[in-house]
Amino acid sequence: MAEASYDFVVVGGGVVGASIGFGLARRGARVAILDQGDAALRSSRVNFGLVWLQSKGDGMPDYGRWTRRSADLWTGFAAELRELSGIDTEHEQNGGVSFCLGEAEFEQRRNTIQRMHNQVEPWVYETRMIDRKEVEALYPGVRFGPEMVGASFCPHDGVSNPLRLLQSLHGALKTIGVAYRPDAPATAIRRDGAGFAIDTPAGTFRAGKLVLAAGHATTKLAAPLGLEAPIVPERGQLVVTERVAPILPIPASGVRQTRDGTIMIGTTHEAAPDLTTRTTTGNMVHIAERAVQVLPDLARLRIVRSWLGLRVLSPDGFPVYMESETHPGAYVAICHSGNTLAAVHANDLAEAFLAHRLPERLDSFHPRRFHVSQAA
Amino acid sequence: MFRKLPDPAAPTVTVTIDGRAHTVAAHETAASAALLAGMGATRRSPVTGEPRAPFCMMGVCYECLMVIDDVPSRQACLVTVADGMRIDRQPGARALDFGGEDA
Ligand SMILES: Cc1cc2nc3c(=O)[nH]c(=O)nc-3n(C[C@H](O)[C@H](O)[C@H](O)COP(=O)(O)OP(=O)(O)OC[C@H]3O[C@@H](n4cnc5c(N)ncnc54)[C@H](O)[C@@H]3O)c2cc1C
Ligand code: FES
Repeated sequence: MAEASYDFVVVGGGVVGASIGFGLARRGARVAILDQGDAALRSSRVNFGLVWLQSKGDGMPDYGRWTRRSADLWTGFAAELRELSGIDTEHEQNGGVSFCLGEAEFEQRRNTIQRMHNQVEPWVYETRMIDRKEVEALYPGVRFGPEMVGASFCPHDGVSNPLRLLQSLHGALKTIGVAYRPDAPATAIRRDGAGFAIDTPAGTFRAGKLVLAAGHATTKLAAPLGLEAPIVPERGQLVVTERVAPILPIPASGVRQTRDGTIMIGTTHEAAPDLTTRTTTGNMVHIAERAVQVLPDLARLRIVRSWLGLRVLSPDGFPVYMESETHPGAYVAICHSGNTLAAVHANDLAEAFLAHRLPERLDSFHPRRFHVSQAA
Repeated sequence: MFRKLPDPAAPTVTVTIDGRAHTVAAHETAASAALLAGMGATRRSPVTGEPRAPFCMMGVCYECLMVIDDVPSRQACLVTVADGMRIDRQPGARALDFGGEDA
């Protein structure tokens, strides 16, 4: 079989691998992205679509800063993708809210927001609590349930259609000449001179550098290369209503209206002892009930779809980026919130992987933070 | 365009389609009744505004969404007609009017 050689091979073509591969190629690298076919587990196809800052970084200030950086880069990123692919990611950044039901929840949210502010420079989050009247002003004409006392609001929050994002990324990859190979999942990876050899059913690929961004499959691929990618998968279920005329101008965590008019209601957080994607009615009822407490009129809408996705979650929920010490030039990138971080992955992270050493600002994301006994 | 096979013995009901009374066989669906009444486009796409009409007639394509007895977005091909039923075109996305009764 013909052997192909690249500057970088990226293993995984979900939103994380595609964003990184895009950023590498935009900076002049010759890149191949190896992926599985259509039936693969792919969180990037099943998520809620938020580009979201206000909940990020509690306990790891660098994650807050990293997310803010991505939020700031997103508009330019979306424009670049649109130009190269002809596909609109439907990105909007008009702020977002997290609704609070009852005074206790409002106070708790206020405390969380305050705590997060105290961990970073004041410009990072700029999230504030708003009362019911202010919420109503953000959603003109909308009737809220009596328990909705207010919300947290972050002006940097936004949304993009996750399916369009992935489609647009892949379109752009094609335009700029990246080899995308859904027929060539990595089966074995070896050192090969100064670089790597990646065996696949479609032949062996050679690369100077290697990025593992294969979602749930990363852990296994990483170990033999001296890389760590600890993942505690988590289930998230969501339900989608029929289309209605536009009523929700800005997204909220847990309820947003798509451009096409459907209302997405989400998402559950459940342990995922195995990687099955079967939905369970009870948990969906729970999130739908909460949405109806916020917006009682949703109860009159028909639910037309529901599904379950598996979050690629590290043990503390923060991203994991590292370069191997035993196999320099091999990197890992796993994260929850791959949409949110797509813009920073396509820029700063790609630049970091092109550099000789990972920059210090990525230190916080190294998985050594999980080595509790050594840190003590 | 649509022609019924003759079945003189079939029981009938009276429904209102687009504001006009029609006598139709009791086994028709709201979608087939609307097509037989010559309605043509039964809705407009909420995304593009294009005119649409029932397509699969078996519940999978969602092209047949209509307002039936004042309830929008019903799959007309899955609803059997009933005496007195009102079947109306759906003009684009349904509006979620705030303050309506919870159904
Ligand atoms: C319910 C839910 C809601 C979410 N909501 C949001 C949100 O609102 N905002 C947000 O930013 N994020 C959200 N996320 C998170 C987001 O979906 C993920 O962070 C992101 O999709 C992870 O992308 P990924 O590319 O790492 O993984 P995936 O999309 O899973 O992609 C991994 C890829 O690797 C491939 N692969 C596996 N093994 C191999 C192999 N051996 N060789 C080659 N390729 C391989 C797979 O086929 C797949 O294509 C949500 C997630 C869930 C589950
Ligand atoms: S005509 Fe296809 S679902 Fe009714």
